[in-house]
Amino acid sequence: MGDLERTVFYDLHVELGAKMVPFAGYEMPVQYPMGVMKEHLHTREQAGLFDVSHMGQVILRGAGAAGALESLVPVSILGLAEGRQRYALFTDEDGGILDDLMVANRGDHLFLVVNAACKAADVAHMQAKIGAACEIEVITDRALLALQGPKAEAALSALVPQAADMRFMDVAILPSDFGDLWISRSGYTGEDGYEISVADDQAVAFARALLALEGVAPIGLGARDSLRLEAGLCLYGNDIDTTTSPVEAALEWAIQKIRRTGGERAGGFPGAERILAELDNGAARRRVGLLPEGRAPMRAGTKLFADEAADTPIGEITSGAFGPSIGRPMSMGYVPTELAAEGTRLFAEVRGKRLPATVSAMPFRPSTYKR
Amino acid sequence: MKFTEEHEWLRVEDDLVVVGITEHASEQLGDIVFVELPEEGTEVSKDDEVVVIESVKAASDILAPLDGEIVEVNEAIVNDPGKVNEDPLGDGWFFKMKVEDLSVLDDLMDEAAYKDFIG
Repeated sequence: MGDLERTVFYDLHVELGAKMVPFAGYEMPVQYPMGVMKEHLHTREQAGLFDVSHMGQVILRGAGAAGALESLVPVSILGLAEGRQRYALFTDEDGGILDDLMVANRGDHLFLVVNAACKAADVAHMQAKIGAACEIEVITDRALLALQGPKAEAALSALVPQAADMRFMDVAILPSDFGDLWISRSGYTGEDGYEISVADDQAVAFARALLALEGVAPIGLGARDSLRLEAGLCLYGNDIDTTTSPVEAALEWAIQKIRRTGGERAGGFPGAERILAELDNGAARRRVGLLPEGRAPMRAGTKLFADEAADTPIGEITSGAFGPSIGRPMSMGYVPTELAAEGTRLFAEVRGKRLPATVSAMPFRPSTYKR
Repeated sequence: MKFTEEHEWLRVEDDLVVVGITEHASEQLGDIVFVELPEEGTEVSKDDEVVVIESVKAASDILAPLDGEIVEVNEAIVNDPGKVNEDPLGDGWFFKMKVEDLSVLDDLMDEAAYKDFIG
C-alpha cells in the first residue's frame, strides 16, 4: 500500500489483529478478529474504541475567529458557548457541501475536527478566505480516538474522573497521566461517548490503558459505518458532497434561526442565496431513510424507482448496509420531495429486480446521547 | 469432501451432491447478512450464477460447480444467514444437486490440494 499514511496506532492495530485497508489516504483498520457484526453490537452493548486520527484537527485563534468562521458555514459560531461543540458544514458558492465538521469553543480559540479526505482542501479554503482574520493552526502532533457505547463513561472516567460530569456536546481540556486530553462528549455512532485528542507520544499508552478497561474493545471502520448509518448520520463523500445542499440533505437542524432569513446574522455564508431560499420553500429532493422490505441490502449507487415498472429512476441510494442492531438492512438516499414522506413505498433495482423499500424516519435506532 | 477454486465444497450424500462454501471463503467474506437461493428444480450449467450472498462488506455470486439439477435448497440460511459463518461445512450448506455422473467429482481438489491452493 504505497504512499499511504499511517496513524500513530498502526503497530497497535496490527498487534490486535486488524485487517488494514486504504481509507482517505491512510492505512486504517477495517475490522479486528471479532468481525464487523460483533464489533458493531459490542459498541452498542459495551464500549468501542476507534482510531479516528486520520481526521483533521485545526485550531482557529484570534478575536475575529468565530466571526470569520461564520462567513464559511451556515451555523451560529458566535452563539456557541464556551465549553460547547456543534456540528457545522462548509458550503460552496452554489450551496453545495464542501465538508461537514465539528466546531468547539474552547474560550480563547476554536477547535475544529474535519474529515480526513477533505482536510487539505478545508485548510486551504480557510487560509484563502479567513486567513487574514484569524490564525489557523493545523495540529499534526496529536492523535484522535473515539470511545463510544454505554460503558464509555465508566471507562474514560476511570482514567479521567471529570469526564463523567460532561454532557452531550460539552468539550473540556482535562489533565491526565497521558498529558492534557482534549475531550468532547460526542461521536458518530448514535451512542453516548467521547472523542479524545491525545498527544502522539502518549497516544498508544493511553489507548492501551483504555483497552485494558472492562468492556472496551477495538472497533474498525466497517462497524463504524454501520453504526453511523443506524444513527442516521451522513458520511461525507457518500451522502453529502458538493452536489447536495444542506436542505436537500435534511440537515436544516444544523442551521440556527439566527443565520436564517429574518435572523440577526442571516446569510453571509457561501451559497446563502440558494440555501436560505430552500429553507423557506423546500428543495426539490431530500435525503431520506429507507427500510427494504426483504433482507437484501440496498447499497450505495442503487437506483430508486416510483413503481415496479417505471423506466426512469427517481433517485439513488447513497449508503446502504445491514443494521446489526435493528436486525435488517437499511439505506439512505435522495428522492423527490413529493416522495419523501414517511411510509412512501418505493422500489430499488437490485441485480435487475425491483425490490420494495419504505421511506422511514431516521435514526433507524434511537440514539442514546447523554443530554 | 471435494473443493473448487471458487472456494466451494462438495460432498456426496445419498447420490446427491451437497454444496456449500469453505471456512476460508466464509472468513474472507465476513459476516453474511443475506442469501438468495435458486428455485428447487432449476437445471444449471457449471459456472452459472446460482446463489447470491451478501456479507457486511459486499455481494458475491456462488457459481454452480457442476452441470445438474438443483433438487433441494437450505431455506434455514435464508432466514438466518449467520449460519453460513457459524458452520460453513455443516448447517451452512447451500443446495443439493443431482448430477448425471458422480465421477466428475474426481477431477476436483481434495482437502490437501485445496489447502495448498489457499496457501
